[in-house]
Amino acid sequence: MTKPAPFDYLAAHTLDEALEALADGYGDAVVLAGGQTLVPLLALRLSLPSVLVDINPIAELQGVSRIDGATRLGAVTRQAQVLRDPLVARHVPGLAMATRFVGHHQTRNRGTLGGSLALAEPAAEYPATALALGARMQARSRAGERTIEADDYFLGPYSTALQPDEILTAVDFPDWPAGARTVVNEVARRPGDFALVGLVCALSVDAGKIARAGVSWFGMGPTPMRSRRAEAALTGQAVEGLDLAGIAELAVADTEPLDDIHASGRYRATVARRIFPRIARQALGQGPGQEAAA
Amino acid sequence: MSEHAIEVILNGEPVQAIVEGRRTLVDFIRLDAGKTGTHIGCEHGVCGACTVMLDGEAVRACLMLAVQADGRQVRTLEGVADADGTFSRVQQAMREEHGLQCGFCTPGVVMTLTAMTEANPQVSEEELTDAICGHLCRCTGYQGILRVVKRLTGAAT
Repeated sequence: MTKPAPFDYLAAHTLDEALEALADGYGDAVVLAGGQTLVPLLALRLSLPSVLVDINPIAELQGVSRIDGATRLGAVTRQAQVLRDPLVARHVPGLAMATRFVGHHQTRNRGTLGGSLALAEPAAEYPATALALGARMQARSRAGERTIEADDYFLGPYSTALQPDEILTAVDFPDWPAGARTVVNEVARRPGDFALVGLVCALSVDAGKIARAGVSWFGMGPTPMRSRRAEAALTGQAVEGLDLAGIAELAVADTEPLDDIHASGRYRATVARRIFPRIARQALGQGPGQEAAA
Repeated sequence: MSEHAIEVILNGEPVQAIVEGRRTLVDFIRLDAGKTGTHIGCEHGVCGACTVMLDGEAVRACLMLAVQADGRQVRTLEGVADADGTFSRVQQAMREEHGLQCGFCTPGVVMTLTAMTEANPQVSEEELTDAICGHLCRCTGYQGILRVVKRLTGAAT
């Protein structure tokens, strides 16, 4: 039997209340969002906070809206809502596609987008999707508000640029050009497991040439791994005659796959080389699979 | 260590208790409310045995704190059949299609199927099958459960 160690629970009804509680318990207070990872960590006593600050009651942290050429998702927006939200479907379909791989139906009903991004599990889908699509994290502390680019946000396994007194309040996904496609896919032992290898590939094509590319791996290193070399190699290239096997080598070269009990780093790299061309072709609208036209 | 006076609407009846902040919803259901139809398996969200309905949606009761369910509607296996004991559509299908063996995972499976078929009577076989991925059956009796899914979605043989 695994039961959490004692802590003080505080339901925050406003962001100010939550920020105050975090500042008061500096370094030893933990934010509770969907709880689908945190509650197991509490039960296993791997997390031993003195105060748990529950941000679920804060209405302003939930929901999806449009803001200045971007789609803004409140940090406590449930994964189940991301999956069915019409604004997400229209403007950030890649995020909805990623969500299909996140946990299970039952955990998506509680789990949140912001919780996943604040946890920063390197094999999770949302961090890599945020990185590939150039998302911007909105963070608030009592000192004020700041925006953190996805490129500056993921620091290491379970480590982000968020400070202990900061709360991730929202995530903005800036619009990609019309017609851009994002494809997310992964290799996992069972549906709902963390990926052994996963890839987010976003491509925008204009007049037969790739105008913009976003390539990020998950499960392929200590953080989600963006491949700038693959993006550079794709950008400006004609779709016809594209050497995707060659670009796959560049994309894999930008990763640091680790050995663990699930797979060796070498195996992950081998799988990555195989799946890259297929997923990239889908993002070009050529392959079979989900047509995620934006 | 904080304590909280809560009232959860459990299967339509208010249940009051004073709980520690760390009390999980599943422990509240079993130990404070005395309803043991909800099973505890892994206690970290993997197995699905503790699945209940929270305001109509299937959730893991081991991954929520009891205090978070204050004032909300929770439905468990005890709240699935009619008041006179007549099986629900899901229960009847589970029985007829041999959807259970030892019965340990069954309460969770029933709650997921109940939540999804009540929320959307036209739910597809694919959607239900995907949702069932969130349940481990260590008897490995999945074929029976998948027949239940077919029956519930009108795809029965």
